[in-house]
Amino acid sequence: MTTSLNTAALALGDDALVLSHRLGEWAGHAPVLEEEVALANIALDLLGQARVLLSLVGDEDELAFLREERAFRNTQLVEQPNGDFAHTIARQLYFSTYQRLLYGRLATADPRPGDEGREALRGLAAKAVKEVAYHQDHAEQWTLRLGDGTPESHDRMRTACDALWRFTGELFQPVEGVDVDWRELEADWLTSVSAVLDRATLPLPEGPRTTAWSAGAGRQGVHTESFGRMLAEMQHLHRSHPGASW
Amino acid sequence: MTTSDWPLWEVFVRSRRGLSHTHAGSLHAPDAEMALRNARDLYTRRNEGVSLWVVPATAITASSPDEKDPFFEPSADKPYRHPTFYEIPEGVQHL
Repeated sequence: MTTSLNTAALALGDDALVLSHRLGEWAGHAPVLEEEVALANIALDLLGQARVLLSLVGDEDELAFLREERAFRNTQLVEQPNGDFAHTIARQLYFSTYQRLLYGRLATADPRPGDEGREALRGLAAKAVKEVAYHQDHAEQWTLRLGDGTPESHDRMRTACDALWRFTGELFQPVEGVDVDWRELEADWLTSVSAVLDRATLPLPEGPRTTAWSAGAGRQGVHTESFGRMLAEMQHLHRSHPGASW
Repeated sequence: MTTSDWPLWEVFVRSRRGLSHTHAGSLHAPDAEMALRNARDLYTRRNEGVSLWVVPATAITASSPDEKDPFFEPSADKPYRHPTFYEIPEGVQHL
């Protein structure tokens, strides 16, 4: 495996792993039982993707449970706390739209038989693109209902979309080993998200889509405050019982 | 958890082409579109189906337990209604 494919698998794998964990935090806390199952299903899809991707890089357990915060390459968007249900849905809308467009491109990339790592990425994308199309539909359905629902649900959805807007620029920072047209990806993402927000009677958030980080962002290992606490919870069992098995 | 505001939906799953939809269970959802998605997550996640119906539970008219006898008992002593009074010819496989 070449270094650039390591970089790609780690970036996409960490996105999936971290968002999966965040969604898993809803278990036992979701507003209704049916929605809890829906979020858990999405989390499990993402965990499956993360396992494939991290296994391309090395031992999946070591990578998930024994890396320090600075070694994670996920975007800051996916590590943002669940907040209220509207925040979870806004995060989901932004991310799953990105993932669907990205995996759709990776899945239809020209085959290059000699290049095993790249073929593995293409194989994963082909399978995952159907999963993430459903994730996006789920987020879209809820965005429409919350945005165009009661005054309170509208306000909360709007607040959530505004709050997470500044983390969406990072999604389109080119990742080494991911061979797509990032500018075109970003333009398509903006078109798709704008259309959903418009139908949901929500204004497109204003303001910059990135924060001016001097040291980079999630892809460079720079994470936001709550990520450390999330990792502590995610990793403590494995670290307390190294090498334990069922 | 409160689902009391949301109506109840009955879910029917068709397990494969050629078979009819069979009642699988029920769930709560705010509207038909969401009910369909919840049904997908609750009743087809182990590859159980190729088609789903959701029906508002209020749209179903059910027979009453009080009417059980007049409804169902008369058919109990009419075995001639079952196709068991003839020999199956040899070589017929799919009967």
